[in-house]
Amino acid sequence: MTTRRIAVVSAGLSQPSSTRLLADRLAQAVRDDLMTRGVEAEVTVHELREHAHDITNAMLTGFAPTGLQAVIDDVVSADGLVVVTPIFTASYSGLFKSFFDVLEKDALAGKPVLIAATAGTARHSLALEHALRPMFAYLRAVVVPTAVFAASEDWGGVDGISGALQARVHRGGAELAELVAARASSAPADPFALTTSFEDMLAGR
Amino acid sequence: MQFGIFTVGDVTTDPTTGTTPTEHERIKATIEIAKKAEEVGLDVFATGQHHNPPFIPSAPTTTLAYIAAQTKRIILSTSTTLITTTDPVRIAEDYATLQHLSDGRNDLMMGRGNTGPVYPWFGKDIREGIELAVENYHLLRRLWTEDVVDWEGKFRTPLQGFTSTPRPLDGVAPFVWHGSIRSPEIAEQAAYYGDGFFSNHIFWPASHTERMIAFYRQRFEHYGHGSADQAIVGLGGQVFMRKNSQDAVNEFRPYFDSAPVYGHGPSLEDFTRETPLTVGSPQQIIERTLGFRDYVGDYQRQLWLMDHAGLPLKTVLEQLDILGEEVVPVLRKEFAALKPDHVPDAPTHASLVAAAGGGRDTTVHATGDDVTGRSPEADLQEEVTA
Repeated sequence: MTTRRIAVVSAGLSQPSSTRLLADRLAQAVRDDLMTRGVEAEVTVHELREHAHDITNAMLTGFAPTGLQAVIDDVVSADGLVVVTPIFTASYSGLFKSFFDVLEKDALAGKPVLIAATAGTARHSLALEHALRPMFAYLRAVVVPTAVFAASEDWGGVDGISGALQARVHRGGAELAELVAARASSAPADPFALTTSFEDMLAGR
Repeated sequence: MQFGIFTVGDVTTDPTTGTTPTEHERIKATIEIAKKAEEVGLDVFATGQHHNPPFIPSAPTTTLAYIAAQTKRIILSTSTTLITTTDPVRIAEDYATLQHLSDGRNDLMMGRGNTGPVYPWFGKDIREGIELAVENYHLLRRLWTEDVVDWEGKFRTPLQGFTSTPRPLDGVAPFVWHGSIRSPEIAEQAAYYGDGFFSNHIFWPASHTERMIAFYRQRFEHYGHGSADQAIVGLGGQVFMRKNSQDAVNEFRPYFDSAPVYGHGPSLEDFTRETPLTVGSPQQIIERTLGFRDYVGDYQRQLWLMDHAGLPLKTVLEQLDILGEEVVPVLRKEFAALKPDHVPDAPTHASLVAAAGGGRDTTVHATGDDVTGRSPEADLQEEVTA
């Protein structure tokens, strides 16, 4: 059985958070779907709250402290990402954005990503389409068509999660799993590696 | 091994007193610091180059020439010379002139600079920083090694029959270091030419420095300049010392907490752990500095940042006293004992002249013009005698 690595980034602030709840549901959906394709998923979950100070420090100093660097290394080397943010003031949270701001600009190029968000009301749902999707498009990540949004009321329903939300979770998870399974396991770009010869550099090529 | 200091030349408010030096005071203080560095037995003084407030060193060779006139022994260098936005013709002329004035007591370190607006002020684009560094430096070398240069490139007006004057002292160009934090292209450039590579080292984790130096060493060997452990490596460092380490921490903390580069971010303790910054007793500085060798190998030049973040001149001079009296003599001895014989020292003017088989005057006298074949000197002679 082949293996793929999935990194989950959750920007929820409260403990427990509905953002993490959604992140876990999505991770499980990806894992289940990959399993049906004969692929075993190794899933790591990163709570940005634990790295909030380090993320700010990285913005101020230009380098990530050891703990944050381990998260960054895991995220940029994963075969697929699940990213979940609470919607604050009509967009992703500042913490969520700041984490992606401290990545190298090409670090997520070509990376399959499933985007998701939580909020108190469904009126925020399009933030996924007008904020997260363009942000990941800018990073040249490959965002799956389904973006999963969960408002407070979505957590009602039978067994704690509404049928509609569960359907979106499964669809988004399946879309990510399909992309991840179809690709070779990815090696992250080494920012210290030279990609050209000095003769070419001298010749201005 | 060479030990010295490098300055950014920032005009920063002292957070403990709220006083800010004037440009005049800061420029004069820089001179005092350089002279003190020689007095306490350091080997190198290097100044940065900046073209925007709050920095004062916009004309580094003017400052370095002034220091050269007032010192006898110390090597004058840069940290860094902006190879991207400074015309290589100006660099060739300015630093060759400094070489003559200082009797070869200078080298220089190339850097790209990192402030976006500075590039367009000089007609350049920061997105072409690497390309500028590569093309401009290649031209600079030709200007120093070839008497008459025909040249055409992407970034500068072409040159036809151009002679950069004065020619390098004794026919030997100043030694060049290349400084970079994390651009492998610059390490490659240094390796290609067999030049020195300097890692700033101070604001970032040691792991960056380790990767870059290892890459530079490997490429230095690849280009046939010697074995990897013979490559010429320099490191930055940042220290604050007092006899008792807790006194050092207490005194330095307010400067750290509001310093321009890392202020208002990580704690002093975090930053000390994550980067080579060392705040403590002379013995702690010695131990930490010796530890650099564990991840970069035997290296040739150690420069420390001393005068920044608003530290008053008096404090900086005290720091230099401690460095010169208690730290460097021990480091000099310890590093020398560890260094194998086949690892070279940093090149100096004297060693480069020796390697070239002796010094020679390379003055290019004006030639006759194409039409009459007469030289300006002959014309002048005729006028004088007429």
